[in-house]
Formats: sequence, structure tokens, C-alpha cells
Amino acid sequence: MATTDNSENKMENSQGGIKRRTLLKALVGVPVLGVFAYELIKKYSYDQEKKARLVKELGLDNLPLPTIVKSSKGSKNDLIRIGIIGYGSRAVSHANGLGFMHPNDVEARTKNNNMADWLAQEDLNVAITGICDVFDLHAENGLATARNTVRAGGAAPSTLPVKRYRTYQEMLDDKDIDAVMIATPDHHHAPISIAAAQAGKHIYCEKAPAHSEEQIIPLYETVRNSKVTYQLGHQITQSVIFQQAREIIKKDILGKITLVETTTNRNTADGAWIRHLDKNGNPKPGDETTIDWNQWLGHTPKVPFSVDRYYNWTKFFAYDIGLIGQLFTHEFDAVNQLLNIGIPKSVMSSGGIYYWKDNREMADTLQCAFEYPNHDLTLLYSAMLANSRSRGRVFMGHDASMELGNAINITVDGSSTKYKKQIEAGLIDPSGPMVSFNPNSGKVDAVTSATEKYYAARGLTTTTINGIQVDVTYLHIKEWIDCIRSGKTPSANIEMAFQEAVTCIMAHKSYVEKRRVEWDPEKRRIV
Amino acid sequence: MKDLAKYTAAEKFVLVALRILIGWHILYEGFAKLLIPNWSAASFLKESKWILEGFSSWIIANQSVLNIVDFLNTWGLILIGLGLILGLFTRIASISGAALLLVYYLNNPPFIGLEYTLPSEGSYLVVSKTLIESMALIVLAVFPSGYFAGIDMLLAGRKNK
Repeated sequence: MATTDNSENKMENSQGGIKRRTLLKALVGVPVLGVFAYELIKKYSYDQEKKARLVKELGLDNLPLPTIVKSSKGSKNDLIRIGIIGYGSRAVSHANGLGFMHPNDVEARTKNNNMADWLAQEDLNVAITGICDVFDLHAENGLATARNTVRAGGAAPSTLPVKRYRTYQEMLDDKDIDAVMIATPDHHHAPISIAAAQAGKHIYCEKAPAHSEEQIIPLYETVRNSKVTYQLGHQITQSVIFQQAREIIKKDILGKITLVETTTNRNTADGAWIRHLDKNGNPKPGDETTIDWNQWLGHTPKVPFSVDRYYNWTKFFAYDIGLIGQLFTHEFDAVNQLLNIGIPKSVMSSGGIYYWKDNREMADTLQCAFEYPNHDLTLLYSAMLANSRSRGRVFMGHDASMELGNAINITVDGSSTKYKKQIEAGLIDPSGPMVSFNPNSGKVDAVTSATEKYYAARGLTTTTINGIQVDVTYLHIKEWIDCIRSGKTPSANIEMAFQEAVTCIMAHKSYVEKRRVEWDPEKRRIV
Repeated sequence: MKDLAKYTAAEKFVLVALRILIGWHILYEGFAKLLIPNWSAASFLKESKWILEGFSSWIIANQSVLNIVDFLNTWGLILIGLGLILGLFTRIASISGAALLLVYYLNNPPFIGLEYTLPSEGSYLVVSKTLIESMALIVLAVFPSGYFAGIDMLLAGRKNK
């Protein structure tokens, strides 16, 4: 290269004037950079000002930042001894949340290089000391998990023995168990919860809390008259974005909300609760010699053992109330935690078995309308098991709508009264989301560029928090453990569980009896 | 390589102008990423199709790798942009810029049958603006425009002495 610069350099050595010209040429980029810097600053301040004005106009300028993991208060010295009743796939998440993991999972996650987040999870100072499952294989998994020496949060391996209990009654009778986590098929939830409350054990129970009025009333009374801490297993409201959504509702950004739409959108056999086959199409393990079938059936009608019933119990009304019990429960909790609407005045459900025409009783297409005249609001639930088009969860107000998923997107309504001036002034564009909260950036932000708008509208945003994926189940369990120690009431407490159970039972009754079902608040009865 | 003196003023002008324009574009692409809070290549890489798809998913799956890629990408763009505008290490800047743009192109080439969720701002078949910009940088790497106008002139002068 150096050899190529010839004539000019030679000339510049002889004449000072030309040397200056060379210098000017050499530095031709400098003024360009100056112009660039000026434009960059101008662009940056324009964007900042626009965002700030928008966020301010919407009254979102002083939203508190989400607190992600609060460190637990109270004495952490008292170890809590936990028994897990029902050790299927859901219980695996519970054990992980408690800081325990099966050796095989540890190996697999180490291989995939995704152990760090779990290892960073705070130690809750608990031990799993009991496992109860009617299926030997599942019970063995639970025992291996509870005994594993690899622990989250740098916790020391538990030194307490881990016992397998043949029945839940046996576990509840044991004074060496302080609290139980119930992750059985749904027909056992209420009877076990009632027995646990009577035995003075703290309860973490998966949704749904109960399947009938005959179950929910005694469950509610027993838990309320006991000293146990009851938490219903709804993890999604622990997501940091719910804290922001609550503020947005509180600040009345959306105007008067008269419709909330919630949905389920699935299109797989697994999603339709066909789960008795493994990846190769062979039946999953389990037969009458390894499964205590009578105990599994519990109070439900006696039927011969079937792998289909054992794995696909959701399909049958004896064990579950279908989509309402499995998925609407989460939707209801999400809405009720934000709006505190409680039990509806009336419910109408309709639907049918239109795609998965097997031996199921549960609908695969279901619509439920819940009326709240005292709140001027309708809650809709629309579930679909043969199409996965993402329809989201939307709160619709007169002035704006809020879509609440992995991120929050607020779209101002074109006919809004509150934002009329801003829309006319061109500050607010009602054609796309205007404000989004992406948990990745940890703050509410105005959406200005087309690409940002595009991604925000589709929720294509990553959900890590400060680079660490925080498990929401862990947060929900942590809240329960913290409340056991502090005596406070957790978010998915028995009052919330009662409202949810009654609402779900009403919806189910309406579907089965093909009629509009109402709630009598005075007699506290479904009519 | 042609003797520098043999370039006409017009040839020199268009080459330097092209260099500065591309430099401006790349520099702003770098700064834009720097100024967006928590910007990450993840959403771009998520869209990756064709031969780099597997590699891109590996990057997204590893937070630490993704952080490195984000850092290198942002500062790589800024340094390349500065190099092109100032005419400093012009050839290295041109070649690195061409390579980087080629990686962008290969992550979402507009081939028949590859569908992307993010709409493009134009209509492309096989050739896209990214590919053309990459080629333009190869042109700049071949013609030593840093020696017509750029800090490279001074560096070369010092080396000669």
C-alpha cells in the first residue's frame, strides 16, 4: 500500500501549500463526522422527547419499577418440611421451585447449558421430606429428587430422611410434615385440601380448588377456620408485568373497562390432553401392579383400570371440569387479581366436541360469558383446541385496550374521549400499540419505530429479567413459604380460590345443563 | 493496483463519496443499537433462515454468547463506520463491513420459499440491498480510496519516511 502513494506525497514535501491541501484531504471525514454527530444528537433528543411526552400524556411517567425478587423477611432459621402429594409433571416444577431437581434433569440441563438461572434461585430453607403417589415410578422420581445433593441457591443437601407415604392420610397424620403441595388429578384437590387443613398442614394446591358446590363450601369453611396458609397454584400473576398491569388499571389509562376477553388457543394432541402415548406412539408405563387404582379413583365411580383414564383424566368430568378447570382458572385468576371482580351474577356457556372426537366428555370448543352488572363488565372466555391462532388476553376500555401476555401493549382507541386532543395533535397514533412494557427493559416505554411496533404487537420480545430467567412458579411458591413464616396472606388465598371455584363451577354447570346459571349472593348458592 | 495519479478527479470523488455514505449508514446502525435500551440481536436472529439458522438459535440460547454478539455487533458497526468516514484503515474497514453485511444477508436471504415475519421495506428476489451494500464495500476495498482522501494518506506518508 505504502508504495502507491507517490506523486502527491513527493510534491507535498517540497511545497508547504500542497501539504496543507493533503492534510485537508486526509481529514475530509472529520467535518462529515461533525455533521453526523449533530444529526445524531438531534435525532436522539427528538425520540426521547416524543417518548417522554407520550408516556407523560398517558400518565405513565411515574410508574414504580417492578421489584423482581424481594428477599424474604422473618426468621429463615425454621426449616419447613414439605410433603408432595401427587408427583407427576406439575410436581416436578414444584420441586424445582423449592430448590430440588432430579439428577437426570440436572444432567440434561447442564448439557444444554441452562442450569445457571435455576442455580441462582434463592434458597427457601425447605426440605422435601415426604412423597405420596399412587404410581411407583412417579414416587421413585420424587424420592430421587428430594434426595439429590445438587441444590439451588447454594443450599446444603437436605440431611432429613425422605419418606414415601402410601396414602395422603398417612402423610397428613405424620407430625414431621409441616406443609403439603397437592398436584394430584383435580378430583382429589378438595378432599385432600380439607383433610390437610384439618390436620393443620399448610397447603399449596394446584388449580382448580374444587369441582362442585358440595366441595367448595366445606373447603372454604375449613381453611378459613384453620390457621394454615393456603395458596392456590396460579403462577402467571407473579410475572413482573402483572405489577405494571395493576398500575395501569389503577391509573385508569384504559378508561371504563366494559369487556375483558380471555382465550385458549391450542392445536396439538398434547394440548387437547391426549397424553397416554410416548414419543414413539407406545403406551406410557403403568398398570394395575404399579398403580394403586382404587386410591387413584378416590370418591369417583369405580371403573376398571385404563391407561387412558390415568394419563388423560382431563377428558372426563368425573376427574375434572375440562377447559374451565384446567385453563380458564388461570385466566380468571389473572383478571380477578387485576380487577377484583369476584363471582359473576350469571354465566352462560356453550360449546361442543367438534374436533377431538374420541371418548372425551370435555368440550374442545367452548365459549363462556360471565356477566358483572355491578361492575358494568362482561368477562368472555373463548377456548379452542383445534387452532392455535394467538388471540391473547385483552382488557377493553373506552379510551384504550391493554393486551396482557408476555408483554403489555396498550393501544389507544381511535374514538377515545380522554385522548381526543392528543390523537388530533398527532401525538398518539391509534393504529398500533403506543406503549409497551417489555420485562426485558424493566420499564414502560413508548413505542415509536415501525419495527418496535411490529415486534411489540406480536409479543416477540424476550422475557429475561436482568439476564436471568426468573421462574414464576418459584415466585409463587416463595410467596407461600414467606407467608407461612410471616403469617401474612398470600395472593391466591382461600377467598380468591372460593371466588374462582364458584365462577368455574357455574360455567361448568351452565355447559352441562345447557342453561344460564346465576349466583345468589345472599344464600351463597348457585341457582 | 493502478497508480494513484492515474485516477481522474471524478473517479476519486465518487469512490470517496460512496465510502462516506456507506460509512454514515453503518455508523448510524451502530449508534441506533447503542441508544435503544437493552437492544439485542435476538429478535433478528430469531428470524434467521437458511444456512445460519442453527448457528443463530445457538447464539440466542446462550445468554452470554448473545451478550458478546450484541457487543461486537454494535461496536463493530461503529468502528467500521468511523473507519469508512475518516478513511482510516479503509481496506480493513471495508472488508470487515462487507463480511458483516454478508452475515446479515445470509441470515435472511430473500430466496424463494423462505418466509419472514418481519416485512421488508422493498421487494427482493435473491438480491437485497444488504447484498448490494456488501458488494459496494468490496469495490471500496479494491480501490484504495483512503489514499485519495482519508487519514490513511497520513499513515502512508509517515510509513514512507
